[in-house]
Amino acid sequence: MPTLAPLNLDDHCVSARFIKDVPFFALASGEVHRLDHGHHKAEQHDGLLCATISQDGQSLISAGEDGTIMSLAADGTSNELATMGNKWINALGTGPQHAVGFASGKKAQIRLKDGTIREFEEERSIEGIAFAPKGMRVAFARYNGVSLHWVNNQTPPVNLVWNGAHIDVTFSPDGRFLVTSMQENALHGWKLDGKAGDEDRHMRMTGYPAKVKSMSWSAKGKWLASSGASAAIIWPFSGKDGPMGKAPLELGTRGDVMVTSVDCHPTEDVVAIGYSDGMIIAARFADNKEALLRRGGSSAISSMGWNKDGRLLAFGSESGECGVIDIAG
Amino acid sequence: MNIQATTPIPVTVLTGYLGAGKTTLLNRILTEDHGKKYAVIVNEFGEIGIDNDLIVESDEEIYEMNNGCVCCTVRGDLIRVVQGLTRRAGRFDAIIVETTGLADPVPVAQTFFMDDDVRAKTQLDAVIALVDAKHLPLRLKDSPEAEDQIAFADVVLVNKSDLVSEDELSAIETTVRKINPSAHIHRTERSGVDLDKILDRGAFDLARAIETDPHFLDHGHPDHECGPDCDHHDHDHDHGHECGPDCDHDHHHHHGDHNNGDHKLSADKHDTSVKSISLRAGLLDPKKFFPWIQKTTQIDGPNILRLKGIIALEDDDDRYVVQGIHMIVEGDHNRPWKDDEKRESRIVFIGRDLDAEKLERTFKACEA
Repeated sequence: MPTLAPLNLDDHCVSARFIKDVPFFALASGEVHRLDHGHHKAEQHDGLLCATISQDGQSLISAGEDGTIMSLAADGTSNELATMGNKWINALGTGPQHAVGFASGKKAQIRLKDGTIREFEEERSIEGIAFAPKGMRVAFARYNGVSLHWVNNQTPPVNLVWNGAHIDVTFSPDGRFLVTSMQENALHGWKLDGKAGDEDRHMRMTGYPAKVKSMSWSAKGKWLASSGASAAIIWPFSGKDGPMGKAPLELGTRGDVMVTSVDCHPTEDVVAIGYSDGMIIAARFADNKEALLRRGGSSAISSMGWNKDGRLLAFGSESGECGVIDIAG
Repeated sequence: MNIQATTPIPVTVLTGYLGAGKTTLLNRILTEDHGKKYAVIVNEFGEIGIDNDLIVESDEEIYEMNNGCVCCTVRGDLIRVVQGLTRRAGRFDAIIVETTGLADPVPVAQTFFMDDDVRAKTQLDAVIALVDAKHLPLRLKDSPEAEDQIAFADVVLVNKSDLVSEDELSAIETTVRKINPSAHIHRTERSGVDLDKILDRGAFDLARAIETDPHFLDHGHPDHECGPDCDHHDHDHDHGHECGPDCDHDHHHHHGDHNNGDHKLSADKHDTSVKSISLRAGLLDPKKFFPWIQKTTQIDGPNILRLKGIIALEDDDDRYVVQGIHMIVEGDHNRPWKDDEKRESRIVFIGRDLDAEKLERTFKACEA
């Protein structure tokens, strides 16, 4: 039986993640809590807007209302990586070789390992940032599409066009696909290995009753799990054409409760599903078998993250009910 | 826990041209002793500082929704900022959005209806338009935005009223009334106004929107005589009523203008492209009215800036109220009709290129 160790933090949890084997809970106030032989707290920002793990898994990178980008290591070492002045940071992404990308309004910066900053500007606000798995290439989600830039040279960006507001972006782990979430309750994907102008480069993934705010690739990158419906919607990306012409899996379907957060298991084809009523389950792709991990709470699950071996799951909710679930008990 | 999360946070939108006095008004709101804390969203930090702890600068980012409807626009930047702000509720009681002079108020307002997350956490309270009494005639001539801001407002502050003559002021009020007959108009100097006239108006709250104006739509109607007791628009001039031959307004009739019998108060220099159309009918058949309002807002939605109505439905003892922005329309039962109230249906459309004759004919056709 799974066991649950609760941690009540009384503030919106923006990101719950494991750094090494230490659970981190980044809160909207700017405090980051971690459980490492006791409860520790670091004040990283005056108002935290987004947080994610560095690609090497060694630190939590966060961005705030104060315009700063901070890193916090498992042992509590905190560093300021960059600042964009007094502006809110809208988007944050981490890439290979310790690269960190962040944006405020139409301006984005990429900070490289040695502290060099590369600057980019788009015509519309940058809402999401993702790094390609290979090569120093970055995608900016914005109105009417995505711009793909090589970080280290000045060639003009590739402009992936799809009308509408794109609010987040992710690369498939093999780099063959790029998927955005949109303001209008849909995902949009591009096949990156297709030829420019091919009709079939586009992948429209629609039918969600709500905005997709959480996306997660499965262990081997063959599936993309998403929130935004009364089930976790899992799109197949194993074929050449991704999910085109195929129905997605619907896991953990519940009546009128919405899935608000998803996080795929690091080794198995299993996804942790968090709901608007605070319930958390784990569901297996192969047979739709479900395991209840948390009964529910006072608010929606806002973030979840597995540890490296996939035995522990950190979670947080909008009202700050956080905790760690041990699925092996 | 989380009482804030369940009580929607009121949002006030300030519009007005550069120099109309928005920042002055904002500072008045923020510094007055009301015990409330505000979060302020601005497009750019102006030269005059804003005296507040929580100011967020945000680039105006208009998103057309990809649903084939050209008027379904929202402000992407506001969605993001409001989400960020409401995560840390408790540090403020209300939100004020200050727009740039040229901003279109419609996407700002629609954001609070069309984005589910924003809608769950906030409630649009009112749109306030500041106009500069001295420069308004010129503004109306050279920019449709100025007209839109007035047309869309719930409250219009005719600011810098000390810089113009009484005659000019009443002409301006007449112009404003012509563009927007249902707005509350206040004259101000240096943006000075009782805050209860601009805050907590509930202008988009179906239960309150029309209650706050007891004579809703009475202006411009032959039955209504504005008199000394008529305080609902804080005017002290005759406007909007049915002018008789003795009226000394500087106005003339537009010939061939179909405006459903609304008296046109206008001078050439105040010619406006936004029109308001006020309609009346008796008891309506719900089987005709609901399809009609749906169809009308679907077809004419792009041209409708605002609509408000009180509808008397057949075999229904409750008043039914509707309001809308472009294609968004909301309606609900409001309260029982009082014994001394005349059960009739009234609706006003504010917009451009509206076919008054058709609207009137089709509205009348909904009668039971």
